[in-house]
Amino acid sequence: MEALLSGLIGLLFAAALYQMLSGHFLRFLLGLVMISNAATLSVFVAGRLTLGQSPLIPKGADAPLVEVANALPQALVLTAIVIGLGLFAFTLFLAIRAFRRLGHLNANSALPGLRPRKETHS
Amino acid sequence: MNSLIYKVGANLLFGILLVFSIFMLLRGHNEPGGGFIGGLIGAVAFIVYALSENIAATRRVLRVNPEHLAVTGLTIALCSGLLGPLVQEGLFAGQWLFLGATETDKGWPISSVLLFDIGVYLTVLGAIIALVLEMERHL
Amino acid sequence: MAKVTLQATQPIDQYIHLGSMLWSLGLFVLAIYHLIPLDTPVTWSVDWLGALNIAFSFYIDGLSRLFILLITGIGALIFAFSGHYLAGHPHRHRFFLYLHLFMLAMLGVVTADNLLTLFIFWELTSFTSYLLIGFNHAAARSRRAALQGLLVTGAGGLCLLAGVILLAQITGSFALSEILSGDLVIHEHPLITAVIVLIGLGALTKSAQFPFHFWLPNAMEAPTPVSAFLHSATMVKAGIYLLARLHPVLSEAALWMPLLAITGSITAVLGGVLALKQRDLKQTLAYTTLMALGTLTALLSQPGTAAVAAASIFLVAHALYKATLFLSVGAIDHTLGAKRFSTLFGLWQRDRLFAFAWLAAALSLAGLPPALGFISKEMLYDSLLQTSGTSIWVLCALLLANAMMVALAFSMSVRILRPSPTAVRTKFAFFETGGPILMALLGLWLAMAPKALDQAMRTLLATWGDTAASEIIPLGLWHGINPALGLSLVTLSLGLLIGRFHARLYRRLHRLPMVSFDRGWDHFLATFVRFAESLTDMIQTNRLSRDLSWVLGTLTGLALLIAWNAPAWPHWEWGPAPLKLWLIVILILAGTMFSLIAQSRIAAITGLGVVGIGVALIFILFGAPDVAITQLLVETLLVVLIAVALLNLPTLPKQTGIRWGHATLALATGFVISGTLWGITTQPLDRTLTSFFEQASWTEAYGRNIVNVILVDFRALDTFGEIAVVLTAAIGAIALLKDMRMRKR
Repeated sequence: MEALLSGLIGLLFAAALYQMLSGHFLRFLLGLVMISNAATLSVFVAGRLTLGQSPLIPKGADAPLVEVANALPQALVLTAIVIGLGLFAFTLFLAIRAFRRLGHLNANSALPGLRPRKETHS
Repeated sequence: MNSLIYKVGANLLFGILLVFSIFMLLRGHNEPGGGFIGGLIGAVAFIVYALSENIAATRRVLRVNPEHLAVTGLTIALCSGLLGPLVQEGLFAGQWLFLGATETDKGWPISSVLLFDIGVYLTVLGAIIALVLEMERHL
Repeated sequence: MAKVTLQATQPIDQYIHLGSMLWSLGLFVLAIYHLIPLDTPVTWSVDWLGALNIAFSFYIDGLSRLFILLITGIGALIFAFSGHYLAGHPHRHRFFLYLHLFMLAMLGVVTADNLLTLFIFWELTSFTSYLLIGFNHAAARSRRAALQGLLVTGAGGLCLLAGVILLAQITGSFALSEILSGDLVIHEHPLITAVIVLIGLGALTKSAQFPFHFWLPNAMEAPTPVSAFLHSATMVKAGIYLLARLHPVLSEAALWMPLLAITGSITAVLGGVLALKQRDLKQTLAYTTLMALGTLTALLSQPGTAAVAAASIFLVAHALYKATLFLSVGAIDHTLGAKRFSTLFGLWQRDRLFAFAWLAAALSLAGLPPALGFISKEMLYDSLLQTSGTSIWVLCALLLANAMMVALAFSMSVRILRPSPTAVRTKFAFFETGGPILMALLGLWLAMAPKALDQAMRTLLATWGDTAASEIIPLGLWHGINPALGLSLVTLSLGLLIGRFHARLYRRLHRLPMVSFDRGWDHFLATFVRFAESLTDMIQTNRLSRDLSWVLGTLTGLALLIAWNAPAWPHWEWGPAPLKLWLIVILILAGTMFSLIAQSRIAAITGLGVVGIGVALIFILFGAPDVAITQLLVETLLVVLIAVALLNLPTLPKQTGIRWGHATLALATGFVISGTLWGITTQPLDRTLTSFFEQASWTEAYGRNIVNVILVDFRALDTFGEIAVVLTAAIGAIALLKDMRMRKR
């Protein structure tokens, strides 16, 4: 199972990166959504997979009675997903702003005034 | 959106989702749910409302500024964390008070942990509503 | 000194001035009474980085003590001098702060036991000297000199760090006390050459040895008391201290002798020649320091303890006469407003006592009796004559350098003594001439009654072995007629000859074409900056595809390289997967492909939605209901956000064919990630934390949903940080658009 999902995650990363490499900022955003999915999934898989058993403690017991899924990566992934949403929104707003300012979203054309060239070195 | 069916449905859905979001928040400690999930459901509720009415109406329903809601949430979470040091324990150490507890029954638990989860709920809710409302303003 | 607007001297200045002086003097007296009577090393240690076995530890033996005495003693006089010299300067308080920090850093260098502690103090001296050299920060020359010194000594410091770590690898300890007392024979270790080169680079840059000598004369931009301190007892002497400190363990190694002997001899002769080229007294003194440092380095290149003994005495002699001369130059500059050779005319008429101090220092510089310089020079010749072989070349070089010092001392003395019609009695400030007079007298006293110095030297040599000191004959001015005395006479006559023709030589030297290392440094720096710029232009093009390709290419290349060199591969295990999982995987892949080939925005987002839901299904399948619910909700909100945003955004450009280069790079990166992840999952998992959470979730935190308990209780601080990030991202995003809305109005 881990091997199968590792392969899937690799493909997701590849597809996401292919989108991000295209040089158009809108495609970059699509890639960003996909790469967050791939990243959360990879953290989840790295914590090993257990079929079916949720990390809940049944009533009357002090600890899980059977072997349950690893709770730690779940907690990490849960917050990561929400943060991912916040950061994606930020990037989206950035795209809107850039489009209004520049009139295009082609990230392969040099942006004006990014790096001041030829400083005087004393 | 000018569909009557959607408008009526949305009003109903808004109430149900809002109640459901609080339900998810409160049961989170023992069953699937919690502040993050509750906050997200609450945000969805307001978005449903915003789509059926408009931004101004949504803000009226919300009564407070969503940014203020989020900051309040963060403050609540922080305060719940500061309870620990008050009783000479670690920062963010959970504090519990069992009202009417007997030998067999734990009674009605009140905890700083629930307070923290409410803080999470408000922060997530406020932040996302603020984002969506700001985005819709630019339509 | 640049002319500065004078402020009224406030009473607090007096306190700072006298306080600094007394504090330094107190340390000096403390060292004399507390440390000197002990004949065993003192150690003191505080745990610092326990996990790395690094302690903040100190080790004070004879060598450290000698340096402590020099630093604190001369420091006290420097403070006394500075208080008067800088009176009314607007930044005088800052100056005292820097000087204090510098002195403490220097004391740290000479007392540190742990090599890393030593390194930290070493770098601190570089930083504080940067502040001191650039004290007149309004002057461009001053800033340049400060930066140059910092870069040269800082780069050397990094070499030192590398060398020190290698040395610790070889000896198994960072503690100097253990390395010095160890019986381990390390001079045949294969890495010893690297250690010597790296540590050597550190010491040679600090001590301004050829070819790094250029920064020291530039450092003259500092106020004169700083120069006096830097040149006589600190900074450049840190390099000498390090060489002396490691001499017992490294001097037997093959590279030690040639490296130090060659650089030392060249520096000594070069320093002498360049000193003869100057008319400015301060510059002249700067170059004579090069000569002294070269001499010390060359001496320390010799394996025997006789050379070390000679070096230690020369160290004291040089510190005393150099501090005297520098402070004297400061005093005449301050009072007479000039510091050229010609300013010296008639100094004897102006102030006899001051002129006497100057003459005594010049005597020591020339190495003539009854000055301390004479004793040290005799010991120098003697030690070099004892060892045979290549040291004869070192001897010749040092003899030549010494002769040039004689010539300089001669030039100074002649001018001081020759009556000048314009010179009148001049009142020099007590605080400015007191130090030089005191040091000159001390030098003479130490030379004529050398018992105290003899004792200090023998304690110092104890580090080189119990019997090391017994081979050294007692210090004294007169040891009968011997080869060393003969060489001294040769030096004297050669020096007087050079002095006689100094004026002619001066013109000759100025016509001689010389390679300027200072300008070479500028070229080096400019080339370096150009290289950095072109590299930046290549990697950071501000074109998204290309920049991203560099990052991904580097990452993937490195990962593949590591995988290629991996000693063993994990065992391949496919493991059975349920049909449900296969279906979900196929669903996700279909969504991915759909969003990849989609030409319209809506289609692409639909594909993404399928992927997101597929991922949520995986979470459900493997027992993560909380995560699955979150994923679905976020997916919903994402779609809403994108849908609204699309109204504000352009359409997707048409895709024409497959970009094969990007596809290859993306697939290679994906492959590396797959491989890494799979490799991780084949390793055993440490479930300590998880089982703790499972056990404690109900019993201690009263929650049945373990994931939620982790979020709001066990790792609540993390969660707090995370919701803060969510809020920050939202505020940032809103600010981006709000700003635009306001501009539109």
